[in-house]
Amino acid sequence: MNNDKSPKSTDKINSDSLDKETLDDSASNNRREPLSTGSEWTFELLETYDREIARIAKGYRLDTYPNQIEVITAEQMMDAYASVGMPISYHHWSYGKHFLHTQTNYQRGQMGLAYEIVINSDPCIAYLMEENTITMQALVIAHACYGHNSFFKGNYLFRTWTDASAIIDYLVFAKKYIKDCEELHGLDAVEETLDAAHALMNYGVDRYKRPRPISTFEEKERQKNREKILQEQVNDLWRTIPSTEKSTKESTTRFPEEPQENILYFLEKNAPLLLPWQREILRIVRKLAQYFYPQRQTQVMNEGWATFWHYTLLNTMYDEGLVTDGFMMEFLQSHTSVVYQPAFDSPYFNGINPYTLGFNMMCDIRRICEHPTDEDKEWFPDIAGSDWLDTLHFAMQNFKDESFVLQYLSPKLMRDLKLFSILDDDKKMHIEIDAIHDETGYKTVRKNLSKQYDLSQREPNIQVYNVDVTGDRSLTLHHYRNDNMPLSGNTEEVIKHLHTLWGFDVFLHSVNPEGKTIKSYSCSESKPTPEELNLEI
Amino acid sequence: MSYIIDRRLNGKNKSMVNRQRFLRRYKSHIKRAVTDAVNQRSITDMERGEKISIPTRDTAEPVFGHGEGGNRQRVLPGNKEFNAGDKVLRPKGGGGGGGSGEGQASNQGEGDDDFSFFISKEEFLDYVFEDLALPNLLKKTLNDTDAVEYRRAGYTASGTANNLAIVKSMRSAQARRIALSASSRRKLKALKIELEDEESKDTDLINPIKVKDLNAQIKKLEDKIKKIPFIDTFDIKYRNIIKEPVPSSKAVMFCVMDVSGSMTQQIKDMAKRFYILLYLFLQRNYEKTEVVFIRHHTSAKEVSEEDFFYSRETGGTIVSSALELMGNIIEERYNPAEWNIYGAQASDGDNWDDDSPHCAEVLRQRIMPSTQYFAYIEITPNAHQALWRAYENLQGPLGDRFAMEQISNASEIFPVFRDLFSRKQVKEAG
Repeated sequence: MNNDKSPKSTDKINSDSLDKETLDDSASNNRREPLSTGSEWTFELLETYDREIARIAKGYRLDTYPNQIEVITAEQMMDAYASVGMPISYHHWSYGKHFLHTQTNYQRGQMGLAYEIVINSDPCIAYLMEENTITMQALVIAHACYGHNSFFKGNYLFRTWTDASAIIDYLVFAKKYIKDCEELHGLDAVEETLDAAHALMNYGVDRYKRPRPISTFEEKERQKNREKILQEQVNDLWRTIPSTEKSTKESTTRFPEEPQENILYFLEKNAPLLLPWQREILRIVRKLAQYFYPQRQTQVMNEGWATFWHYTLLNTMYDEGLVTDGFMMEFLQSHTSVVYQPAFDSPYFNGINPYTLGFNMMCDIRRICEHPTDEDKEWFPDIAGSDWLDTLHFAMQNFKDESFVLQYLSPKLMRDLKLFSILDDDKKMHIEIDAIHDETGYKTVRKNLSKQYDLSQREPNIQVYNVDVTGDRSLTLHHYRNDNMPLSGNTEEVIKHLHTLWGFDVFLHSVNPEGKTIKSYSCSESKPTPEELNLEI
Repeated sequence: MSYIIDRRLNGKNKSMVNRQRFLRRYKSHIKRAVTDAVNQRSITDMERGEKISIPTRDTAEPVFGHGEGGNRQRVLPGNKEFNAGDKVLRPKGGGGGGGSGEGQASNQGEGDDDFSFFISKEEFLDYVFEDLALPNLLKKTLNDTDAVEYRRAGYTASGTANNLAIVKSMRSAQARRIALSASSRRKLKALKIELEDEESKDTDLINPIKVKDLNAQIKKLEDKIKKIPFIDTFDIKYRNIIKEPVPSSKAVMFCVMDVSGSMTQQIKDMAKRFYILLYLFLQRNYEKTEVVFIRHHTSAKEVSEEDFFYSRETGGTIVSSALELMGNIIEERYNPAEWNIYGAQASDGDNWDDDSPHCAEVLRQRIMPSTQYFAYIEITPNAHQALWRAYENLQGPLGDRFAMEQISNASEIFPVFRDLFSRKQVKEAG
C-alpha cells in the first residue's frame, strides 16, 4: 500500500501525517467504481483505460510522444515480428526466415507471441494483440505507451542518436529505393549487397558522433547528388595511384590514416568497385543500424523502466479502485513471470533477464530514496533520502546500461539476486569465483556486471587498418583482442561478405594487446574455398 | 494524447514477399525435400503441404562475434554455495558459454537443430510440377481443388445489373400494382355504379351535391391508384446463378509396371511421377478415383502401393500377363458403363520377344474397347525393342486414346499426357 497516487505535493502531506482521517478521506474521495469487471475488451474500454493511465502517468511526470495504439491480429503480430517490429521495411529473405520461424513455432504452440511491440517513433506506435484480455491490454498500454514511450523521449542516447519523427519516413524511402534497385539491377544483385551489408550491420555505427537527422524529402534530393559525388570521390582516390611511383617502398602513411571502426561507412565512401546504388544500400543499412544502436545499449534500463511503470501505474489504479481484485491477480501473474530470473544452474537459464535486473534496480532506487538503510547511506549518499521521482527520472535520462549498473546497483540487490562473478580463463583448468555478494565482493561484481553490458566489450573490436593503395588494393582489418577472446567460427563467412563489397583481397588479423598477430583470416578471389579443395581431393 | 486504431482488417500477409524471397533463396533445399517427400508418399497423397528442414548453418546470417575461449569474466545470478576464491571444474561443452551473454537471444531455435517450416499444398505441388515442365495453364487446372460449373437456378432479389431479369421484374411489378390497388378499385367500381344510378335518375331527382361528392371520391381513388409506383425496387428480380460441382463420376486408374531385375529404383521413381500426374489429373475430373496396382515380371499380380514401388523382384519379363490381369480385373470389378477406365504402363522396354505382338493384341481386343485412355512410357535411353514396335502399330487405329513416349528424364513425362489434357481444356472451353 503506498500513498503516492497523486503528485508529490500531496505525497508529502500523506506521509507526514498518516492519521486515520486523511486516509479515510482520501479513500472515500478516490475510491471509484472499477472501469470494467469482465475480461473482454472493447474499443471504448481501451480508451477509458488509456485515459486513466495517461492521467496517472502525468501525475508521475512521464513525458511521452503521442501514442498511436494499433489493435492487430496474431498473424499481423507475426508479420511485425519478422520486420524487427517496424511497420514498414524493405524486402529481404532474412525477414522471411524470421517469419517462417515464428509462424512454425507459434502454430506448434511452442511459443507465445509477445504481448506488445512498440516503436520508437513520433507518434509512438504500439501494437496490441486482439487475443489479449483487457487486463493484458491495460498492462501493455501502461508498459509500452507510457513506459517505453517516455524512455524513448527522455533517455539521452535516444535523444542524441535517433530521430523519432523521421524514422517512418526514412523507412518508406528505403523500401522504395530498394524496390527500384531490384527492378533495375535484379533481385540477386540487390540481395547479395544486402546480405553483405547485414553481415556488417553492427559495424555500421558511429559511436561518438551524432548523425544528421534524416527525412524522406531531403533524402531523395540528396541521394541523387550523392550518387554522383561519391563515385567521383572514390575514383579520385584511385586515380592518384600510378603517378606516385616512388612511394612503392614501405610508405609510412597508411590509408585510412586513423583506423576506422565504422566499416560500412568506410566501404560506402571508399570501396573502389561498388556501384552508386550499392553505396546507397550500404547507407540505408547503416542508418538502420544507427537507429537501433541506442536500443542495444539500454535494454536493461528500457525494459526495467517500462516494467517499473506498468507495475506502479496499475497498482495506483488498484489503489484508486479502478480495477478489480481479479484484474490484479491476472496482472501480477503475468508480471511475475516477466521478471522471473532462473538461477545460473537452472535448465531455463539464458543469461540475466533484463526485465528482472532493470525492474529490481528501479524499485531499489525508489527504496533507497524512500527508506534508506545505513548501508544505502554509505553507498549512495547522494540519493538516499532524496525525492524518488526526481532521482528515477534523472537515472532514466542520463545513463545507459553499462553506466546505470555501475552507478546504481546496490549491495542489497546483489544479495537478493545472489550475483557472483566468475573468471573463466581458457588457459586454466578451473573456473575461478572471483567475487560474490559479500562485503569484499560488491564492487567487483558491480564492475564486472557493468562491463558485461558494455557493447564495446560484447562485440569484437574490429577496425579498418589499411588499404594497400599502391599495390594490390587489398583491405586489411585488425581485430584488437579483448581479454584474449578469439573470433567466432563464422568469421570466414563475414570476410567473404566483406570481400563482396570491397572487390579485392581482404585480410583480417586478430591482434593481441602487445601488437602480435595471433590469427589471420583472408578472402581473395583466386583462392579456392575449402569446399572446392575438398571436392578435388 | 492517444489514438486507438483498429488494424485487424488490414492485410495480414505483409510477410508474404519476404517469405517468397526465402523460398526462392533455398529453392534447391526445398526441392530436394519435396523430391524425398514424393518418394515417400503414396501417389494418392500428394495434396497436402510438407515440412521442410534446412540445416541451420545454411540459413545462418554470419556476423562478427566472439568465439569460445579467452579470459572471460561473467556475472551470474543464483549463487548457492560459492565463496570468493573457490575453484570449480569447467562444465563440459563450452567453457562458461558465450560471454556475449544476453541480448543475443537467438531467434534461430536451439543449437544445431534444422530450420524447419511448412509449405502449403499449392507450393508443394508447384515444386513437384516444376520438374515435369507442365504448362502454366495446366498447373492451375491441377491446383484447383473444386471444379465448379455455373448454372441458372431461378430468380433472386439481389444481384448485379447484368443479371437483371426484365420480363420477370415487369411481371412482378404488374402483380404488385394489381394487388396494391385491389381495394381501391373495388371501391371505385362501387362508386361508379352508384354515380351511374344517380345520373340515370330524372334530372329533377338528381342530387347535385351527391354527384359532386361521388365525383370527388372517384377522383380521389383514381389518384390513389395512379400513385402506386409503376416499378419498385421490390419488383426487381435477378437471374440466380449458382456454382455447382462438375458432374461427378467414378474413375479407376490401372498402374502397370514391370518390376523385373532390370528396373532400377531410379526408373521406378520416375515412373512414380508419371503415375502421380495421371492420378492428379483424374482426381480433378472425377469425384472418386480408385487406383489398381499391377506389377509383373513373368507373371502379374495385383499388389499394394508399397509393394508396387519398393519391393524387388528378379526374373524375365512377360508384359502380356499384366495386361491379361488388367482385363480380368476390369471384367470382374469395373463395369465400363459405370467407370471411366484409365491405364498407365511404365517399363524399361524389356519384354520376351514373342510376347510383344500378343501384348498389342490384348490391348486392342480386351482393354482398349473399355478404356478411356492408355499411356505407355518407356524409361530407357537405349534403342527400342519389340514391345515399342508392337505398340507403335496401335497408335494409328486407336487415335488419341493411346499415347506412348520414350523418356529419360522427368521433364519428358508431360508430352505423354498432352493430348489428354488438351482434350480436357477443349471440353472446358466448349
